[in-house]
Formats: sequence, structure tokens, C-alpha cells
Amino acid sequence: MSGWVERSIDIGGEPLVLLEAGKGRPLLILHDELGPADWQVWHEKAVAAGRKLIMPVLPGFRSDRLKWIRDVRDLASFLGRVLRQEDLVPVDVIGFSFGGWLAAEMAVANPGQFRKMALVAPFGIKPAEGYITDMFIVTSAEYIRMSFADAAATPEFSALYGSPDPQTIEGWEDARRECAEIAWQPYMHSPSLDHLLGGVGALPVLLLWGDKDAIVPESAMRAYEKALPHVEAKVFAGCGHRPELERREDFAAHLTRFLD
Amino acid sequence: MQIGYFVEQLYSDLPEDEIIKNGGFFGVPNKYFDPKVGAKLYHRYISEHLEAERVGFDMLVLNEHHSNPACMSHVVTVEASILAYATKRAKIVTLGVPLPITKNPLRVAEELAMIDMISGGRLVPGIIRGASFEQVASNTNPTQNRELFDEAYEFMIQAWTREGPWRYEGKHFHYRYVNPWTRPLQEKPLVLVPGVISPETVVWAAKRGLPYVALATEVNATRKMWNLYGDTAEKMGYQVGPENFGYLQKMVLADSDEEAYEIGKGHMFGGSHATPKYSALPGYNSKIAIREYANKFYALMNPKAADPHNVEQQRKALLDNYPKLVDAGHILVGTPKTVIPKIRKILEQLRPGMFTVWGPEGPVAHEKVMRMMTLMGNEVLPAIREMAKELGLDDPFSVKLGARPLPANGRWKPLVEDGEHTAAA
Repeated sequence: MSGWVERSIDIGGEPLVLLEAGKGRPLLILHDELGPADWQVWHEKAVAAGRKLIMPVLPGFRSDRLKWIRDVRDLASFLGRVLRQEDLVPVDVIGFSFGGWLAAEMAVANPGQFRKMALVAPFGIKPAEGYITDMFIVTSAEYIRMSFADAAATPEFSALYGSPDPQTIEGWEDARRECAEIAWQPYMHSPSLDHLLGGVGALPVLLLWGDKDAIVPESAMRAYEKALPHVEAKVFAGCGHRPELERREDFAAHLTRFLD
Repeated sequence: MQIGYFVEQLYSDLPEDEIIKNGGFFGVPNKYFDPKVGAKLYHRYISEHLEAERVGFDMLVLNEHHSNPACMSHVVTVEASILAYATKRAKIVTLGVPLPITKNPLRVAEELAMIDMISGGRLVPGIIRGASFEQVASNTNPTQNRELFDEAYEFMIQAWTREGPWRYEGKHFHYRYVNPWTRPLQEKPLVLVPGVISPETVVWAAKRGLPYVALATEVNATRKMWNLYGDTAEKMGYQVGPENFGYLQKMVLADSDEEAYEIGKGHMFGGSHATPKYSALPGYNSKIAIREYANKFYALMNPKAADPHNVEQQRKALLDNYPKLVDAGHILVGTPKTVIPKIRKILEQLRPGMFTVWGPEGPVAHEKVMRMMTLMGNEVLPAIREMAKELGLDDPFSVKLGARPLPANGRWKPLVEDGEHTAAA
């Protein structure tokens, strides 16, 4: 996790760990379904561009779960409280996959807590065609392999996933467990989310995904595009579910331009 | 001693290759199912249960599995209902009702109460969490499996005992109006708790004073579970006895040792019950149980051939493992003369108050099963009763559960003298 500095805070008696890096305007990072992201090239670039990265380790992901959190909206409400307590409102946010869904739920609950929102291949909407890949009936290793269109051509793949230690694997298992706790059924979507997304009003949204994504079908991305009033979409050709790794240069450039 | 009879009730009319290629029974496509064959098999299995009662078994032991050919019984209470009416003497044991996946404990309470009344009070309801693949088949959240189990059990007992109508708002179940117009005939049906490897289930049963039934687990692993039960019982203030334990033993009898050995290979048919990809559901097993699972029993049961796609290699690996399981006593095969001493060894090693015979599996002829029944009735059941009497193997229907006082020093006495006394997990 080099690059990240841990800070523990207390939210109404509940402990929460924030992973932080850099100085400057805060960028809230909502991690994906396998838990907090290890240090990556795009993080480095964002810090160099003058951003302070703040990534909460979501409860239950490599941390104790909060038993009262039963769905993604409970989690979204909890994070809203975190932002208010940390005096971060309005903050720029980027959410990956599961974290993208979480960001969208936070936005529909209170668009004013965000300045700009980037969503990377977000869950949350039931695809009109196909299904979001079921992560619970494959192993973490298989799921990670499926997330890349071309793992061999992704320089960071082997560093991040090549030889995970037991602690990392256990962390993935904890993450899968937490995801199942809150998104077993309906699987990784809220039936009402697309009806509510129009309510985010003038919030600028950047939607990033790969056209070879084997996890989230394209129809779900199109539904986000249709429902959001101020959205700009960037589709990476030949890229899977992890554009931040498979197209890291292009990804970082688009993100920086959008957030500036 | 109570002696039971059990089989999985295989849908046998399908090529084994399809199961092996699939990596286990769960997930084999149902295009191989023919209702005409299914109808005949249901009649066959019911007739075998009737024969089991006729030859003298005390318990007809039933289970259920879903969406796979390993087990034709998909709703255990349906078969229990039929046997409740069609039999006269034997206890009808569900091993068990998978409470979490039914998602409706009020309906379960009603079904079981009806069965108990129709059978004249012969129901012995065992309750289970359901295997991991059952959570997939029923879309039950595996992370909530144990919570669902606990809540459904507590609710079911209330539904049987509390005067209605009442309102219930739990975590997972909600009922505006609980007023079941049916209750078990028995004042308090004895609830059994079967298990395979989860220490949490053993502790759960011991805390409630409910008998724990080990489902054909390896002897030393089983004794470890007994000791955990005993330690927990000590904390609850009682000494365990044979009445607290049941054991399921794979067994095939025939007129010659050679024939029994051949029929016994059916226990290897298809390999694993659970397909690996459906066995690692998030949150289904505790971390302790996962370690036990990996290290013990399943390492022996599911040998992995080098190439999982090579059917012949897989089949060979299964059959190569068969003699090892026979030698280890995991599957007892032979004539009454050769098997009875082996049963005695198991009874001495585990001292269970309930002993259930898990009969022939695989595509075995009906006549062979019926012949085994005859051998059981004529020679083996009387021998087991005699041995049980000699060994003092009381069952939970003849002595009061939890009534044995602890020794004067306050420490429980292990059931078997040389058994290792483990600390509770």
C-alpha cells in the first residue's frame, strides 16, 4: 500500500480508516468491490497534479463491518456523515465499479455534497441486456482475471495481482463477504437508481468505461448516460473493467482535465 | 440405541461423465432429467424406506438437496409426509430441514406439525443450514445463513408453543399474524442438529442440549467435535452421554465380501457432491471452518486429478481412492460377518446413541438394496442392538437429554477414555 498514509477517525462511535496521499484540493476515492486499491500510477499522477487523495476503507472491507449497514444506501448515508464531519463538502469524487454505484447513491441523496463526480464502470443499474457478472460464484482470482481485457498487456497487473500474499487474499474474501452482505439481492444494483439519477441536476459527471468490459454490460453504461443530466462519457477501446490500469495514461489525462 | 436408514436417492439414469466433467453434481444441466424415470425412482425409494421399517430399522432418515441429480428428495417434508401415513412404527427423521433456504419458518412449523400429527407423533425434526450450493439454488444470502438459521429456529419453536395470535418483527422474518392452526402431536419434538465440519454448529447444539449428528465425518475429526460438544456442555452444567450424539455411517452389505466391495464403489459415483465453484461462497463458512474443511475431511474425499478436464483420469482418481476409504472404515463393505466387527469398532470409538446406516449409492439395482435390507434385519440390526446394550449406548428417546450430572470435580468425562480432551474453540 506504499504511497498511502493511514488516518483513523471516529464517526459517531464507529472507527473508520482513511487512506490519504498528497496535498491540495481533496479527491474522494470510493474503492471497488475487492476493497481499497493498492498504490497505482494514476494515484501518482493525481498527487503530482496537486490533489489530496482520500480513500475511506469502507466498513467490512479489510476492517470490521458495521452490522447495521444492510444495503448500499445505508453505506451512502454513513459516508455522507463522514464528508460533513471531515468538512469536505462539496468534494470531488471518483468511484470505481461498486464504489461508482456508491458515489451515485450519495449523489442522488444529496447532489450538493459533490463538486464533480467521476464514475468508472459503475454498478448500480440493472443492464437492459445481459447481467452484471456474478462475483460470488467465482473466486477472487478468476474475477480479477475477468476484469481485464488484456492482463498481459497491463504493466501493473503482475505487480498488483501476480503473487498476492495470504493477507491480501483474506482481504479479498472479506470484501466479497461485505459485498454479499449488502448487494446479494438485487445483485449489485438498486431498482430505483436510474429513476433518481435525473435529480442530481447540474452536477457534472464523467463516465469512464472500456468497450471490452466483461463485468458490467454496456447497456448499463448507456442507462447512466441517458439518466444523468450533465454527463460526459469516455469509452476506452479494447479495454476491460479496469481502465485506470489498462489505459492508465489516457485515464489520468481525462480525469485531470475533467476535475480541473 | 436408535438405528436409522438413509440414502441420498440418486437420479441414476445419467452418464457419470457429465457429473465428472462438471466437477460435481451441482450444476449438471437438467436436460438429463426424464420425469418418467423420476416417477419410477420416487416409487422405488419409497418402497425401500417401507422395507427398512419392515426389517426393523428404528428411524427412516431423509434429507433434501436442490438442482442436482445426487438427491431426488428436493423437499424433505413431502417425503416425510408420505412416510408419515404409509408407515406405522419407525421414527421419521428429517436430516434435515434447511431452515435458511426455506425463507418461511411459519410454513415449516406448520408442515412439521402436520407430519407429526399424521404420523402419530413419530417425527424427529432435524434442522440444517443447507450446503453452500443450496444457498445458490435458493438465492439465499450466504453471509446471513447462520442468522437466518438461528432466527428461523427460535421462531419455529415459538410457533409450536406460544398461544396465538401474535405479531413478529425480527431481523429477517416478519409476520403480522402468527396463529398456526396446527401444532405437533408430541409435546416437544426432539430437534436434531446434523453437521459436517462447522464447530459453530456443534457449540450451537450443545448450548441448547440438542443432539448433534455427524454426517459420515472421519472418526478423529468426529471425536474432536464430540469433545467440543462435551466442553460446551460442561459450561452449560451437564455431562454428555451417547444420547447427545448420532453418527451416519456409509455401509454396503451383500452375500459375499467381493460383491459388497463392488457395490460399494457406487459411493464414489460422480465424485464430489458440491461443485467447487459453488463451494466458496462469501461469508458462508467461518474462517475456522474453512481451515478445517481444507485440512481434514475433504482432502481425503475429493482427490484432484492432475487434469480436471480428463474424465478418465478423474474417474481413476476416484476409484483409486476407494480402497483407502474402505481401509479407513469410512465406507464399511462386506457380509454381516465381516462388517459387524467393524461396526463395533465405530461404536466403541464414537459411542453414539443414534447410528444411521447410509446405504448403497450410485446406480445400484433395487434388488441389491432389498437384499441388504434382509441381511440387516436378520443379522446386523440384532447385533448392533446387542453391542449397544453392552456398551451402554443410550439414545435421546430413552434418557433425558442434559440430565447427566457433571463429575464431582466439575470437569466433564470424555465419552471415550482415550479421547483427547480439547479446549472449546
